[in-house]
Order: sequence, then C-alpha cells, then structure tokens
Amino acid sequence: MNTDIYKEGPVVHNAAFIDGHSVEIPILKILQQDGTVYQGAELPNIDEEHAVKIYKALAFHRALDERMIGAQRQGRISFYMAALGEEAASIGGAAGLEVQDMIMAQYREQGALIYRGFSLENFMNQMFSNEKDLGKGRQMPIHYGSNELNYMTISSPLGTQIPQAAGYAYGQKLQGKDAVTLCYFGEGAASEGDFHAGLNMAAVHNAPVIFFCRNNGYAISTPSDEQYVGNGIASRGVGYGMKTIRIDGNDILAVLKAVQLARAYAIEESKPVMIEAMSYRLGAHSTSDDPSGYRTKEEEEKWHAHDPLSRMKSWMLAQNWWDEAQETALFDQLREDILAAVKVAEKIAKPPVEDLVSDVYDQVPEHLQKQLASLKAHIKKYPEAYPLTAGRIK
Amino acid sequence: MAQMNLLQAINNALDIAMAENESALCFGEDVGHFGGVFRATSGLQEKYGKARCFNTPLVEQGIIGFANGLAAQGSTPIAEIQFADYIFPAFDQIVNESAKFRYRSGNEFNVGNLTIRTPYGGGIAGGLYHSQSPEAYFAHTPGLKIVVPRNPYQAKGLLLASIRDDNPVIFFEPKRLYRASVGEVPEEDYQLPIGKAEVTEQGKDITLLAWGAQMEIIEKAAEMAKKDGVSCELIDLRTILPWDVETVANSVLKTGRLLISQEAPLTAGFASEIAATIQQECFLHLESPIERVCGIDTPYPLSLEKEHAADHLKVYEAIKRSINY
Ligand SMILES: Cc1ncc(C[n+]2csc(CCOP(=O)(O)OP(=O)(O)O)c2C)c(N)n1
Repeated sequence: MNTDIYKEGPVVHNAAFIDGHSVEIPILKILQQDGTVYQGAELPNIDEEHAVKIYKALAFHRALDERMIGAQRQGRISFYMAALGEEAASIGGAAGLEVQDMIMAQYREQGALIYRGFSLENFMNQMFSNEKDLGKGRQMPIHYGSNELNYMTISSPLGTQIPQAAGYAYGQKLQGKDAVTLCYFGEGAASEGDFHAGLNMAAVHNAPVIFFCRNNGYAISTPSDEQYVGNGIASRGVGYGMKTIRIDGNDILAVLKAVQLARAYAIEESKPVMIEAMSYRLGAHSTSDDPSGYRTKEEEEKWHAHDPLSRMKSWMLAQNWWDEAQETALFDQLREDILAAVKVAEKIAKPPVEDLVSDVYDQVPEHLQKQLASLKAHIKKYPEAYPLTAGRIK
Repeated sequence: MAQMNLLQAINNALDIAMAENESALCFGEDVGHFGGVFRATSGLQEKYGKARCFNTPLVEQGIIGFANGLAAQGSTPIAEIQFADYIFPAFDQIVNESAKFRYRSGNEFNVGNLTIRTPYGGGIAGGLYHSQSPEAYFAHTPGLKIVVPRNPYQAKGLLLASIRDDNPVIFFEPKRLYRASVGEVPEEDYQLPIGKAEVTEQGKDITLLAWGAQMEIIEKAAEMAKKDGVSCELIDLRTILPWDVETVANSVLKTGRLLISQEAPLTAGFASEIAATIQQECFLHLESPIERVCGIDTPYPLSLEKEHAADHLKVYEAIKRSINY
C-alpha cells in the first residue's frame, strides 16, 4: 500500500486551487472537410479495401436512416433513432477493432453493427419485431444484438453497459483472450452513476476496455452545457487515471487512429482507455422528438458542413479509390434493397405466443407454463381480439 | 371548468403549486425550457425562472438525492423521473433515504415535502423498458405514499394533495392516458384526499378494484357483465399506500365478491396484498375466491402487448368465474 500522500505533486505553502477548467485537452484531427489530410498528420492503418468497406458502411447507414425515418412516418414501424452526422464515430470505432472484440453500445451505434456485417434482413426483422427478430420481438426498434457478431444486445436504461463493459473486459483478460471490449455511450449517459462506477472499476482492476463517448452535444433537449461543467467527458477519464484522447468524431481517420492505438494499448498494458469523440446530433433525438423546440436551424446548418460522409468521400476520390459513378450506383442499390427488405419484413408474422414466456428463465417454469396454458385457452375463446397469435394456437 | 387532458391537468397543478409556494421547484431530465418529453412542465420555466424549473444532468440517483437534500432543507422539490422504468437508479435514494429520513432521525429531519412524479405503464408500444408499473416495489417500503390518478380531474386534485402532503409521495402518471384522457377540470385550486379510494359506480354482485389506467379496463368489463345481468361495483383505489381498506372491505361485505386488476405482473404485485387483507377482513362474507387479473409474470413485451395485458376480456372472464363459482 502506498500511503505517501505527497507523492502526487510539489508542496506549496500558499493556498493554490486548481481550476476545474484549467485542464486543456487537445483534439485530434487528421482529415479536413475538403478531403485533404492535415500537414504532418499521421494516418491510421488503412488500405483501399478497408477504406471502401468503411465507406460502404457509412453509405448503408445513411440510406437506412433515411428510409426508416420514412417508414416510421408512414406508420410502418413504431419508432426509429437515426445517427445522421455522427456515423463516423460508430463505424470508425468498429473498424479499429478486431472481430473478436466485444462491442457494448448505447443505441445510436448501429453503424458498428453495419460494419460487422449484420444483414439487412436482421435489421429489418428487429425493427418490425417479427418472429425472425433475434430478440424475438420484445424490444423497441433499434435495440439490436448479435452474439455471433460480438455485439451485446442494447438495453434501454442508460449507462448500464458501462460497468458491464469493465467486467466483460476483465473476464476477457483473465481468460487470456486477445480481445478488448469497446463501450459506447453518450455524453448524457456519462452523467449516470454507472458511468463513474464503471470507469473506476475498470481503472482500479486494469480492465482492457475502451470507453468511447459520443459527445454529440445533446441529450434529448438538454445541451451539453446543462449536462456537465468542466472540460467534457475526457477530463473524467483523466480523473480516473486513464489514458485519454479527444478526437474529431466526424473525422473517420481520427476515429480509426484513436481506436487502433487504444486497442493496442489496452491489450499490451491491460488497462482501460477513454476516447471522447466530438460530434453533433444533426437529426432529432428519435422519431418522437422535434428539435425545433430547443435549438435553431442555423445551429444545425453549421454542422451540416462537417458531414463525415462527404469528408471521407472527398478523401477517397482524391486517392482514386472511389468515383461518382460508384457513388450513385451504391446509393441507388442501397435504397432499392432497403425498400425491398421493408416489404418482406413487414409481412413476416409476429412472434408466436410461446415466445411470451420463453427466455424469462433458462427453462419455462411451471407457473409460466400454467399462465401460458390459460392464456391460450382465453385467446381461443376470443380469437378476433388477439389477431397476432390466435390463428397459430394449436 | 375547462376541458383538459391529463398532461394539462398536471401542468395546471404544478403551476398552482409553484405560484403559491416560492420554495416549490420542478426539475428533472429535459424538464426546463422544453417542458419535459411529455410536456408536463411546459411554460413553468418561462413563468418561474431557471432557478425553480430546470433541466438536470442525466442521473436519476442524483435527481432524487438532490431532491432529498432540498426537502430536508425545507424546500418543496417536485422531481420528475422521465419514465418509471428509469426510477431504479434512484431506488436507493428513495427506499433507503426518502422513506426513512424521518424514522431514522427520530423526526429531527424529514423529507416530507418531496414529490416524485413519473409516467408509468404500457399499451404504448414501448417494450420492456418503457412500459413498467413498478408501484409494488415501493409499496413494500414503509415511509412512502404512493398515488395513481385515473383521469385529468383526479390528476390535478391528487397531485396538489401530494405536493402539500407532509410525507414523500411517489405520483405515478398513466402515460397511456396523457393525451387520451380528456375531461372537465376546475381551473381553481382543489385537492382530493390521499389514502381514500373512490367508489365510481355502485353495484351489488361483485366489487371490481383497480387504479390508474387499469380503471378503463374494468369499466369496459363491467359494461360487458351488465349485459349478462351482473351488477358490478367499481372502485378506484387512487392511493396504493396507505390504501383504503375500509372502503374496499365495506364494498366486499356488500357484494360478497372481489376482483382486483393491475397492469403489473401477478406475482407479488399490490393486488396480492389487497387480496390477503380483504380475505382476512371479509372471510365469512366471501362467496368466491378473490380474483386477481394481472399482467403475465414476464417482462412487458413489445409485439405481444395484448396477450400480456390484463385486458377487459380477461377481466370479463374472471367476473363470470367469480359469479359462477
Ligand atoms: C436511466 C435512463 N434515464 C433516462 C432515459 C431516457 N433517455 C433515453 S435517451 C436519453 C438521452 C441520452 O443522451 P446521450 O447519452 O447524450 O445520447 P444521444 O441520444 O445524444 O446519442 C434519455 C434521457 C433512459 N433511457 N435511461
């Protein structure tokens, strides 16, 4: 035990308070909006194939968001959350990992799942909560999860994944796995007690976890200056004794670079890392929200100019890794595919009534079997009142 | 009188409470200028200033801990938890602190001025994390009062009573009815009693008991039963704790039968507590076992809401079971 309380700094004899705002944290930027790289900037590990894969994921995300907001407005799905303008954070995050690394996300990070190859059908089945949804139609749209792709199923209560990520990563380490856990959360969720608990647990127990804060300026209607005081979320990482970096979250190369370095460090040193990606939530919080009630159009306009997609595209064009014909063909194809997938998914039946009682426990206990049996008898009596399940009850 | 929906009635009650009491504060996530995600606090910041109506950081344990401190100091905090599903991060502050402040200090300190408002319940395609009815967790904790209104008139009168009650109160608002339930509400100040159930319809064959949004369900079932010649007495419990044993028992002494319906799952819900007490109070007068019609013992699903719910058809079947016992 180290009880030398003076070891942290020099001794003074006149009271000198450290100003909470005095911590200066630089922000990593590699790619400029016009697609050129800042002079002297060090590129991440990236080749043509990888870049095209990332760009295709960005495009898929854009097209999916566009179409699904439309589908929600037409009443085809109940709810949707887009990530317009901050797609680089989630996709760049996943692109800097290895497939065996676990991702624990908040909800606005479907980009990571896109990058990992979650199929269009899987996305649709979840959003239409039909019987082919991996989550069996139990959660609201966009609460995805995939064991196969190492993407933990989303839970709505904010911040709960943060200490879990610390524990998951600690387990990976104990089992000698060449793997880390990357944990996404918003700057709003970083106010939760679970955030502080999670960071402290990870730091004290040396868990190889990458805490990735998407600081997009708003938590529903609450702007970040009503969310916290001090130098963002990164300063909290510093406070918990963690290696910390702040990056431009709309700069795919900065995101990739930071995550690649963070992963290497977390594995080699077996310690947690904190990344704060600065961005802006261009769209509404969700389809139930109207941002005109709390911010101006001008403010939003400003951020359109920082679009991560057009930034990466310009860079790709300059590398001769992409051209306008490919661009048009890709988006046309995506829109067509998504629309077709919507039409298929909405026709698939809802989960069978048995799924109501499964997975509450490993096996359906007797009391739930009884409740199911009496429910089935009841539905048989009033089939027209339960149209989703009545026709399939034996 | 004015036509108000349930949200407007709540907003109106908050307005009255803040106007009469300078120490009253409304706060929570998105509660300030935006007026809350459901707009229950609309206009309050404009009227009473940012010091008394404000957004908090996104931390429920912080919101309630802060509110406990304010209440102990003598202010009148009215804290909003955005959804009842997200009250659990504040569970410790509520059950160990709010509920026990007075008792543990020998009444040296109390947080009696505290009111916690939170939207609860399902039927809104919210899935398992936007649909829960967690009243029973809190009812197991001595020291809290728990109130659930069923319509705009009740909401205003009961919320004003909750804010002025000298005990910490959790006020569960049925969000399914926020805009759906509209009715006449007096514009002036009035209160409805906490701890008193209301007999909303007289009947002689069976007592149907519920609270909040579930009242609509038992009303619908009673209509169906009426066509079969069954006369139902309907009671809105209104206050989960302390609950009105006398009104319920008197009704059951008259009808000889009791059906309790709650939105929450069956096991260890508040309906179980009521059933146990009433069978003790009315044992020799009961003509049939007390019926509980509740949600299934699973988390609240998204796509099979109807199947999970204690709907009017399930209540109707239970009425028939009880009558034909
Ligand atoms: C514990 C908890 N409290 C409240 C909510 C309601 N809620 C859902 S999203 C949200 C805002 C989150 O903001 P942030 O973490 O910044 O992420 P962003 O939406 O900006 O991506 C709130 C308050 C919740 N889901 N969980």
